[in-house]
This record gives sequence, structure tokens and C-alpha cells, in this order.
Amino acid sequence: MKYGGACTLHRLRTSLTGVDMSQALQQLINGITLGAIYGLIAIGYTMVYGIIGMINFAHGDIYMVSAFIAVTCFTLVASSGISSVVATIAITLVVCIALTSAFGWTVERVGYRPLRGSSRLAPLISSIGISIFLQNAVQITQGARVKSIQPLVTGGVNLIAAEGHHGAYVSYTQILIVAVTVLLMCGFTLFINRTSFGRQQRACEQDQRMMQFLGYNVDRIIALTFMIGAGLAAVAGVMVTLYYGVVDFSIGFQAGIKAFTAAVLGGIGSLPGAMLGGVIIGLIEAFWAAYLSPEYKDVATFVILIVVLMFRPSGLLGRPEVEKV
Amino acid sequence: MSATMMKESDLSLRIRDALWASVVAGLIGLPLLGLTTRDGMHGLQVETRWPQLAAFIAIAFAGRFVLQTVMHRFKIAPKRRASTRPAPGVVDKGALAWLGAGCVAFAVLLPALFAGNRYVVDTATTVLIYVMLGWGLNVVVGLAGLLDLGYVAFYAVGAYTYGLLSTHFGFGFWQALPVAGALAALFGMVLGYPTLRLRGDYLAIVTLGFGEIIRLVLVNWGDLTGGPNGISSIPKPTFFGLPMAASGEGATFASVFGIDYTPGQRVVFLYYLILGLALLTSLLVNRLRRLPVGRAWEAVREDEIACKAMGINVTNVKLSAFATGAMLAGFAGVFFAARQGFISPESFTFPESATILAIVVLGGMGSQLGVVFAASVLVVLPELGRDFSEYRMLAFGVAMVLIMIVRPGGLISHRRATVNVPSEAKQ
Repeated sequence: MKYGGACTLHRLRTSLTGVDMSQALQQLINGITLGAIYGLIAIGYTMVYGIIGMINFAHGDIYMVSAFIAVTCFTLVASSGISSVVATIAITLVVCIALTSAFGWTVERVGYRPLRGSSRLAPLISSIGISIFLQNAVQITQGARVKSIQPLVTGGVNLIAAEGHHGAYVSYTQILIVAVTVLLMCGFTLFINRTSFGRQQRACEQDQRMMQFLGYNVDRIIALTFMIGAGLAAVAGVMVTLYYGVVDFSIGFQAGIKAFTAAVLGGIGSLPGAMLGGVIIGLIEAFWAAYLSPEYKDVATFVILIVVLMFRPSGLLGRPEVEKV
Repeated sequence: MSATMMKESDLSLRIRDALWASVVAGLIGLPLLGLTTRDGMHGLQVETRWPQLAAFIAIAFAGRFVLQTVMHRFKIAPKRRASTRPAPGVVDKGALAWLGAGCVAFAVLLPALFAGNRYVVDTATTVLIYVMLGWGLNVVVGLAGLLDLGYVAFYAVGAYTYGLLSTHFGFGFWQALPVAGALAALFGMVLGYPTLRLRGDYLAIVTLGFGEIIRLVLVNWGDLTGGPNGISSIPKPTFFGLPMAASGEGATFASVFGIDYTPGQRVVFLYYLILGLALLTSLLVNRLRRLPVGRAWEAVREDEIACKAMGINVTNVKLSAFATGAMLAGFAGVFFAARQGFISPESFTFPESATILAIVVLGGMGSQLGVVFAASVLVVLPELGRDFSEYRMLAFGVAMVLIMIVRPGGLISHRRATVNVPSEAKQ
């Protein structure tokens, strides 16, 4: 991503002119786009945490795998002669969600199900193992070099384009990312709140043993939760491939900790919190990189996380845990 | 599932199960193994590798089938929903003590057993660094029950303290050791303070973030730390002021003791140095466990609210655990810097923290001997795979998952309090 004008303290000194306004608006747009992607990944963390109370460390790598699937799929569709952009993106989304969900299922089956009921740290270690495995498997099978694709969606809209300088620029890709995320979030909220599976999922978060007594297959609900989380990460993977156009095997780790930070910042276990956290992290990153220093944008993210947690130990929208003796 | 299987339909069920596994293998293998993209004439081009994919699916089918058959044959039911904690007294303490003594004896004799084999001693030195780090992290994770994912930060603080003090102010190894330990402990408390109210996974992400902050500062603060290039030509440790060198300005180790200098001497000296440090660490941690502060760590791990009710200052207990663990990592970092002679932020990344945590958990939380075994496995395993280096990290990941599944409690699992109050009610 292009951060317009690196580390310019003089910008801070100058008064709030039109240039600064458009610069700020530009960072707002960039930040929200980035935040939407983080939010999509963060939901996977927060859902898995909600239902089994554990972090899925391989989630960032599932997102990375989906970005690779997206690259392959875009290339395949392009070579098969389909020229419609909408059709290409739709096909890629469907394929990515389907295949990435299989990865989510496998992570649960291999790394979590055999360890259910053991100490809390055991699945953490096994998911770190899976994360190392996925990174290296992709590196070996797909190559260590960066893959880049031609931009699929081109063009954009100029906002507040005043005379003499170009104003803020919104690319159609950014509009697409935010639109898809908003649509997905609305659908997903309805899904969790209204459907029978959503009710089962929420019930499982509250009391798994009771759900077993009532005859529900808790393993199946947990596996489906992993698959849904992976599916949302798949959408994030497709979007990020469209946005940046480059993919390599190490993108999972950075995105993973950012998204995990977003989930914790918003209050882990809370779905709106994950989205809010994602957008906040995206905005912090964009603004910090543009106005203060691009090198320290990640440091800023973590410092703000630590400060927020000092005052709200269960995140922004998380319910404070009541300890019972 | 397997318990309810009917006898006659076992085979067909097993085949169906294996077929399901191969379907999943196909879905997973298709995007990774079956299809790949290469740079072609006009951007990327898709290549297919159907034979590999077919082989992968076949292996998944056969593997699943054989696994199920063996499990069925030997009546190994998958241990699901086992009790949270292993029953106390699983491992005989006397046998463990003997095993520990045997390990120490082996470690002391190792340079003699493999005399002239520099590679073995070198690898053993690496194992001991991880053992020391594992024991240090054990204080935080195993004893105090605080999940720390950024432990490598303190290791980095130790290493950079020695690197900077020695190159800028001419500090020697032994002078820098206490300074680095104190500084790392200070950093431990700086990290510990904001995390006092956090629990579980909130703590995990904050410690992870702290580790990343330290690494990013090391990368970006080029004036002080040398940035990504790191610090080089860090002096080696000396034997009471005598350098391990062929000939220096003053007396060297070889000239004082009247022996010929060989490069192997330095390797063996470094080995015994880290062995000594590790044994001191072990002694320290074992003693601390019996002191009130050690008892308090374990008590806080088991029940924080009860500790508060008993008037234990939970803040001090947690901070002391963080500080002790960090100090030990700082010592290990000084040794690491002195041994390598070169440090860069590359050595202090998250996978390093994950490896140390894996050593503690795989070893069996709170078990000192388990840490030794786990460190040996996790260091030696990638070393063995040097010849096919591409696949060694792949195997490392698989090994982490497999050990965890086979022994969820760790290699030596005896998580029990150091002190047991005999209660009449139980008998």
C-alpha cells in the first residue's frame, strides 16, 4: 500500500489546509479497508475462542493459504476464458471458501479434537505446530518467491479533488472490500442470531456439557465453527489478493497477530468487538504510518493494545468476567 | 464412535472412514500439491501435479486405514476427554532423581565421550541454551501459571546488553552477566506490571506484543542496535581473565596451563560454561520452589482468589515470577551473544518464543527433567534433518503436533504441588 508522504513532521506543524484534509481522508479510507480485512480474520479468532476458550494459532496461516488459493484460482479462471470480473471474483470466492473451510476442519480435527479436555496449553502448542507446518508446506509446494497477479479491479473515484492537487482517492477495490465486508457482517450477524445453528453455537459457548446432555453433537458444532472462521478468513484472503496483488508464504503471521490483537482489543468472544477492533487497528496503522513513522506502526498498535487492556482488561466490548469461587 | 461399531461392519466402516480422510486430503492437497503457479510468458501460469496429489490421497487413505486397524486390533481407544490433570504420583520421584543424576553425569562426561567431535559438543551447547531458557520460562509458565508468548524479548535484552556493553564500554563476559540479568529482570517487571489484571489469553497477546515491540525497536533503532545488521565482533568469554586464544598480548588459557592451544578447547570451555550456568539455574529454581515465594507462585497458579483471601500479595508474586524468568533469559542471552560473537534481531523472532514455550509444554509443565528431554528432541531433530533442510521445519511442526497428541501432559507429566498438606478428610 502507498502511504502518501512518509514521516513528515512538518505536516503536523502546518495548519489544517485542504492538503491535510485530503491526506487525512485518504488515510481514513486506507485504514478502514485494512481494518475490514483484519476484522474478517479476527472473527475467526473470536468465534473459536468463544466456543472452546482457546486461541487458534494456525488461523493466520489459514488466511495465507486462502490467499494462495485465490492466486491460483484467479489465474485458472483467467486462462479458461472467462472475462467478466464479477464472475471471476464470485467463482474465486466460492472456491476459496470451500477449500479453506476444509483446512479449518482439518486444523480442528488434527490439532484440537484429540486434545479436548487436556490442559489449556496443549492445543496452543499443537496449533503452533500446525502453523509452522502450513507455512513450510506452502513454501515447499508453492515456492518461496512472492507471487503477484495483475490487478483485476482497476480505477477508482477521486474525492474532494481540489484544484492544484489530487484529493483523496478511493479505488474500486477498496469499495468492494468494504462493501463485501459489511454485507458479510450483516448476513453473519443474522446467521448467528437467527438460525438454528447459530443458536446451537451460542449455546455451546455457554455450556458444552449441557448441550451434550441435550443430545447435540458438540464436536460437530465446534468443527463447523472452525470451518466458518476459516471461510471468513478465506474471504479476507481473496480481498487481500485483490488489494495488494502480491502473496507470499509469510503473510499469515503478521496478519494473524494483527487480527488476534484486534479480537482482543474489541473483547475476545464478541463478534462486533472483533470488527470494531479490526477497524481501530487498521486506522491506527494507516494514520501512524502516514503522520508519525511507518517503521513504528506495529509498535504503536501493540502499545495502544496494552494501554487499552490496562484500563479495560476484557477489551472494549467484552463483558467483564465475573470470578466465582 | 469406535465403541459402538458392530463387529461385522467394522471393515466397511473403517474403509468408509479412510475414504472420508482421503476426500479431505484431496480437498487440502488440491490447492497446495495439485495446483501451483509459475511465472510464465504472460504473468502467472497454472501447473498441475496430479501424480503427487494422487500419491498424497493414497497415503492419506492407507495411513488412516492402517491407523484405524491398528487401534482396533490393539484396542487402543482414543483418549478423549481425559481428566484434566494426571493422577498424582504417576512418576516415581526416586526414579526421576536417579534419571536426573544420570543426565548430569552424562552432560559432564559428554566432551570426553565425544572428544574431537566438535559438532556434537556444539549441538549439546545449543541444547543447553534451550534447557536454560526452558527452565527460566518454566518459572513463569509452569510454576506461576502465566502464559508468556514473548519470552524471547528478555533473551534479546540479555544478548544486546552484553553486545553493547562489550563493544562500547569494553565490559567482559563476567562483568556484563549481572548487569544483563538485572536489566532483563527490570524489563520483566516492566512487562509484568500492565499485565497484572489480565488473565489467560489476554496475557498471551500482550506478552506476544511485548516481544514484537522489543524486536521492532531492535530493528528500527539503527543508531544504537545496528538495526537489521546487528552487532558483530562481540568478545568471547574468558576463563578468569584468561582468553581462549592461540596467542594474545597477555597470558592465554593455553600458555598458563602449559598446554597446546587447539580450537576445540574453546568449544569445550563454552560447553562447560553453559553447563555450569544451567546447573546453577536448576539449583536456583529448585531452591526458590521451596522458599515462600516459590510456594506462592504455585499457589497463585492453582487459585488466585484463594491467595488473595489468604493475604498473599498477588502483585509481588507475579512480578517476582516475571522478573526471575526474565533474569534467567537475560543470562542465557549473554551467553548466546558471547558464543555467537554476532547478534541480530533475526535471532529473536516469535518462532523462537514458540519453540521455548513448546519445550516447556512438551516437557511437562513444571518438570525440570522434562524440559531437558524436550529441548534435546526439539534441537536435535532439526539438526538430524540438515541433509534435507527443506523439510526439517515441516517435520518440526508435525513432531510438535504428534508429541502433543500422544502425550498431552508432556513427556514427564507430574503437575503437583511441591508440598502436600495431609488431610484426614481424604482418608
